Amino acid sequence: MEIPYSIKEREDTGLINSKLGIWIFLASEIMLFGGLFSAYIFLRIAAPPGDFDYWASKLSVPMATVNTMVLISSSVSMVMAWASLKLNDFSKYKIYLGITILCSFIFMVIKYFEYTGKFHHDIFPSSSTFMAIYFTLTGLHGLHILGGVFVMLYFYLPVSHKLWHDQPEHFTNRIEVLGLYWHFVDLVWIFLFPVLYLL
Amino acid sequence: MSSEHSKESIQEHIRVYLMVFGALGVLTVITVLASFLEVSTSEGIFLALIIASVKASLVAGYFMHLISEKSMIISILLLTVFFFFVMIFLPLISYIDHASI
Repeated sequence: MEIPYSIKEREDTGLINSKLGIWIFLASEIMLFGGLFSAYIFLRIAAPPGDFDYWASKLSVPMATVNTMVLISSSVSMVMAWASLKLNDFSKYKIYLGITILCSFIFMVIKYFEYTGKFHHDIFPSSSTFMAIYFTLTGLHGLHILGGVFVMLYFYLPVSHKLWHDQPEHFTNRIEVLGLYWHFVDLVWIFLFPVLYLL
Repeated sequence: MSSEHSKESIQEHIRVYLMVFGALGVLTVITVLASFLEVSTSEGIFLALIIASVKASLVAGYFMHLISEKSMIISILLLTVFFFFVMIFLPLISYIDHASI
């Protein structure tokens, strides 16, 4: 059975269904992270003077800076993967998606070392209000990375070649939608980085 | 982004993507360097959020193609952004209310 409006745009929206769907999902994600950022502001205003600065000084700025560069690189390789499909170059698509997956793994490994470093120093979410919101925000963001990795791995597996071969335009649209999600995850980190590590 | 693309327009897109990539890298370095500036907390927050907003605009505008996206998506996002700011400013309203007691 063919999925309706996966290639041709609907007359009323002017969009394919998957694109409208992902943007509505991303709108809900903006509100989810917005709520947590709002909680951060509220907790920071209510915290004793210097408390957030003290706990934030225990975070590793170099690690987070490297992670920022890694995520930005993954965003570029993701959009290049989509552009490769638009140019009918499936082998280049595989290379760029592979780079994106690699970047996401590097991000997770750095995050793992960051987390375990804190645990070794007896710093847990229960240690302070700052650490509670830090682990909540970065943990939720990490789960989004993990979710994205699963979808990317699916589109990297040999089945992707069949999907591309059968319906190249539909496959390209799927990768565009995946890319939109991935760029959003990058976008969230762009705000998390200065808010948690630098302010 | 429209589904109709010529090979030349995609090549042009790729050139823009690489330029945006360079700009994001430079802005990340500026963000870190700015955190070492001797400025007040409020100035520091303002500076960091301005740089982050510029980076986010580049990602949303070019990588997510919002710069050439259909009006339906722009409308959804404008509505979301409105409620996002309402939610962000709620703690400040609470703070002002508390301060005035």
